[in-house]
Amino acid sequence: MTQPFATVVDIARDIASGNTSAVEVLEHHLARINEREHDIHAFNLVTTEQARATAQQVDADIKAGKKLGPLAGVPIALKDNMCTRGIETTCSSKILEGWKPPYDATVVTRLQQAGAVMVGKTNLDEFAMGSSTENSAFGPTKNPLDTTRVPGGSSGGSAAAVAAGFAAASLGSDTGGSIRQPASLCGLVGVKPTYGLVSRQGIVAFASSLDQVGPFTHTVADAALMMEVIGGHDPLDSTSLPQPMPSLTSVLGQGVTGLRIGRLADMPDGCEPEVLARMDAAYAALQAAGATIVDISLPSLSYCLTAYYLVAPAEASSNLARYDGVRYGMRVETADLHSMYGATRAAGFGAEVKRRIMLGTYALSAGYFDAYYGKALKVRRLIANDFAAAYEKCDVILTPTSPTVAFPLGDKTSDPLTMYLCDIFTIPTNLAGHAAMSVPFGTGAHNMPVGVQVLAPALGEPTMFRVAAELERAS
Amino acid sequence: MSNASSAPQHSTALPNGWEMVVGLEVHVELDTKTKLFSASPNRFGDEPNTNIDPVTLGLPGALPVLNKHAVELAIRLGLALNCTVQPSTFHRKNYFYQDMPKAYQISQYDQPINIDGFMMLPGDVRIGIERAHLEEDTGKSTHIGGTSGRIHGSDYSLVDFNRAGVPLVEIVSRPDIRNSDQARQYVAELRSILLAVGASDAKMEEGSMRCDVNVSVRKPGEPFGTRCEIKNVNSIRAVGKAIDYEARRQIDVLESGGTIRQETRHWDDSEGRTHTLRTKEDADDYRYFLEPDLVLLDPDQAWIESIRASLPMLPAARRAQLATLTGANKESESVYVIVERGQDEYVSAVAQAGGDAARALVYVQQAFAEEGSTPKVAASDIATLTQMERDAKITATQAKTILSEMVANGGGDPVAIAAAKGFEALDTSAVEAMVDAAIAQQADAWSKFCAGEEKAMGALVGAIMKASQGKADGKVVTAILQARRTQ
Repeated sequence: MTQPFATVVDIARDIASGNTSAVEVLEHHLARINEREHDIHAFNLVTTEQARATAQQVDADIKAGKKLGPLAGVPIALKDNMCTRGIETTCSSKILEGWKPPYDATVVTRLQQAGAVMVGKTNLDEFAMGSSTENSAFGPTKNPLDTTRVPGGSSGGSAAAVAAGFAAASLGSDTGGSIRQPASLCGLVGVKPTYGLVSRQGIVAFASSLDQVGPFTHTVADAALMMEVIGGHDPLDSTSLPQPMPSLTSVLGQGVTGLRIGRLADMPDGCEPEVLARMDAAYAALQAAGATIVDISLPSLSYCLTAYYLVAPAEASSNLARYDGVRYGMRVETADLHSMYGATRAAGFGAEVKRRIMLGTYALSAGYFDAYYGKALKVRRLIANDFAAAYEKCDVILTPTSPTVAFPLGDKTSDPLTMYLCDIFTIPTNLAGHAAMSVPFGTGAHNMPVGVQVLAPALGEPTMFRVAAELERAS
Repeated sequence: MSNASSAPQHSTALPNGWEMVVGLEVHVELDTKTKLFSASPNRFGDEPNTNIDPVTLGLPGALPVLNKHAVELAIRLGLALNCTVQPSTFHRKNYFYQDMPKAYQISQYDQPINIDGFMMLPGDVRIGIERAHLEEDTGKSTHIGGTSGRIHGSDYSLVDFNRAGVPLVEIVSRPDIRNSDQARQYVAELRSILLAVGASDAKMEEGSMRCDVNVSVRKPGEPFGTRCEIKNVNSIRAVGKAIDYEARRQIDVLESGGTIRQETRHWDDSEGRTHTLRTKEDADDYRYFLEPDLVLLDPDQAWIESIRASLPMLPAARRAQLATLTGANKESESVYVIVERGQDEYVSAVAQAGGDAARALVYVQQAFAEEGSTPKVAASDIATLTQMERDAKITATQAKTILSEMVANGGGDPVAIAAAKGFEALDTSAVEAMVDAAIAQQADAWSKFCAGEEKAMGALVGAIMKASQGKADGKVVTAILQARRTQ
């Protein structure tokens, strides 16, 4: 598949070699933002001035002969749930509107150290709760490939920014599919790393035991480079893994000969036939490249969606309790403390966030805990056991990322349950804490892109990237 | 803080055979440099909202990182309380309050770090320790306006987050305490242990040690009654008073045909009574769940053993050692006081220098109250002083005078001081001569004394002391007078 826009790898190389400058690259991207952003609404904030200052600094560093970071001059967009020092971070929620964090998230610091140029903060479903970016308090983001359709969510703004050429790459966060599903819907590569591989420090929490940060890129090689920059141990995140970040850029050419690719023996209902056709093509391509296809089963798969909609809201109900109007963010003044809490939270949160806070509060309540949250934790163990059994037989598992291609705006907003079904293939990975990524693999209905999901066990990124690179070559 | 030992206020027996059942929950702030989950200073008394950071304030995206020193101090305390140290987890305790920055407290719940310990009280009373777990402190609210100083009826509240995130250990006793004396002894002993192991400065007046008291009453042998939890008990004295008040209140309710509601009550120290704070029905549902931002706390056995090896001798063992050395009862006031002041090593040094340990115990208790654990006076000089008194070279009164001078001057040679003051104990034959002289001079007083009027002895003793210029030993004089009377 030919890329409409320059890749991270190309941009970094051309800037380093002097073929172009960081300022020139940035201005190309800013021009595209000027041209289409009013229609797409990928961003909550475009940080033009800071971006120009950073790009000029990169060019000055090149002139001065300084050693360059691997992303020197590469324009990158950040999901607006990542803390950026002195720059508004809203989570697309009224309750945080205007809040400027006094610190950078670890991933932001690592991008800066690598020389990246941050172009803006991207739109999302409020507090990352949604699958279409229609739950943003600041209005939906549209899919750049067809602006009547959603870009997916919750990291829809980050996906749209890359798909529209506003940034060469972006970061999203993935709690139940929020990177992989929009990557699939926008024709991009999107990675949900192994839990603990990328620091969560400075990422506004949705569901702490599930959240992971990962990149959106046009190519697998770009994603590998981005992962190497943002990944690795962070002492500020207690759940950060101690292992060193494995090399991914070096494995992409290794091919898939001898690898065993798992195929779900009983595919859940609800997939579009064009999506299933692309899956068959993917298996065939990998087989042709030397891999073996083996049938596996995940018996607990059908419980995962339910378990996820207990675990994630439960953690969210606690994580979002801090937005109480006392210390920062919105406050609705009333006569006393408790009515201030109520009025602030009623005005500050949108409907989906309130729905999940209520679900989660209920699931954790005395008398219901065992039946709901406790059961959900058991499902987490079951699906982890299922995966462990499956990975005895195969090295990676291939599934669709999303059962459908990008759907029209407004199509699912009236029925939360159909929206929740978007994440049926992506959620199990988060529950197990494993790695997964979506790779574009042709198009389906309405000529919209279809993504293939490559699932790997914890820290299975090197093998996962080898398979993804092979799929990219075959597409 | 030596109230429990030096100023005992004995609890009165409960009427009609009632027995109280008491358990204590004591929160102590650990003496760390920084907070439990962040690098902000853990320091009392600073300007409000200066010891804060994103973690303390619960800013979006901020994550907790466990303070290893806090874990070490918690283990030290646990080992000193004879607990088992086990792999442990943290939970979130969810509730809204303005001084609770995240709207949840990170606390240990069903897998605490220390479990199943005990503490011994005088009379071989064993009080079980159910658990001693780690948790973070909240901020501090000050309610402005209104009359009660409480949030209800106030105009506004000020919140200081300096205390938020300060490491706490909550020590939960089993309901093994049966009277308020034991409760006070328990708190005093716990405080001594905290100070000995360096876990906390344990200042109740600054809130670094806080007690909640659970009280119920029953007839002996019956199952436990319904308990009430009493908060705001801020001194050892108040612990005793609150328990005695609450037990009597419950007995009054039960004897007049009522029932006890499980509730949280507030101790009002000025009124000397408890008030209902909240009943069980309006208690919060804390929705505990495993804190996903932290991992299993699993200290390795070698570390635990190195902490155990570094523990100092604990107060109980030091009291036993001092009692053996001095011949005093290990539950005596002087033994408690000396160990609490940390002066037992000093008494031991006096004995090492050839001094009389029993006398040294008395001297140090009486004269070294302001001296701390390393008195300025050389132990060898105190040893000499005890020898002088033991060998009757000086009288007890003279020894006391010399001791005061040594303490006031930060030292001194007792032999030289005695010489300068002309102190010498007269030998018995010299005193006998003076007694006989006094009997002759004070014939009137002597006859009254012989007739059984004990007061008359004062005049005789006074005359002898005057004649001896204070060098006669009062005890010896009295003994000779008594002997003469019966001759």
